[in-house]
Amino acid sequence: MNEQKTNDLILQTVTKLVSFIILLFSFYLFFSGHNAPGGGFVGGLITSASIVLLLLAYDLKTVRAILPVNFIYVAGAGLLLAVLTGAGSFVFGAPFLSHTFGHFHLPIFGDTELATATIFDLGVYLVVVGITMTIIQTIGEEE
Amino acid sequence: MFTLILQLALGIMAMSTFLYVIRVIKGPTVTDRVVALDAIGINLIAITALVSILLNTNAFLDIILLLGILAFIGTIAFSKFLEKGEIIENDRNR
Repeated sequence: MNEQKTNDLILQTVTKLVSFIILLFSFYLFFSGHNAPGGGFVGGLITSASIVLLLLAYDLKTVRAILPVNFIYVAGAGLLLAVLTGAGSFVFGAPFLSHTFGHFHLPIFGDTELATATIFDLGVYLVVVGITMTIIQTIGEEE
Repeated sequence: MFTLILQLALGIMAMSTFLYVIRVIKGPTVTDRVVALDAIGINLIAITALVSILLNTNAFLDIILLLGILAFIGTIAFSKFLEKGEIIENDRNR
């Protein structure tokens, strides 16, 4: 047995609870960005803060096993989503990045106002998560 | 009267933060500075709450939770660096 091995039981138990609360808070910030402070940028930063907390309590190998995602592709998918949302307005003969909204009747939520700006915000969110996690993992894994 | 109490509380929080800043500057060890920085973060939460009552708005309530999360993660990163010498390990069980 290696004598340098330390016991992080308290930190790991707290992380198991708190990272989900942080993740929920980031989703709340993302969806409340239309009418309240928040949005894709802060939501993405808080999501990566929750993954960073996992990285602090565990290690790079464990987090790669939990989230088998290459975060470069996440950033690329977000950028593609944002550009496609902007280009989607060409279908309706509107200028680039024209956004629209409508009222829909959803099963549980009732009358909901859905805007296409949310899809653009989702692109921003994915880019922020991808870039932040790529930077942190790249810095963390070099010896 | 209520505003006066809030301003008094803000003054007390400012004094407390100032004393923590003294501890950050002349703390003999690094752990003293880390604990003082964490407590400054908690004081910032209290100041944000008091200011949001003074300005009669609830737009700052997200900031309170945000500051709590950031102070927590920052303190954990600092203490892990102090204990193990590296913040993010490649393989914990190696």
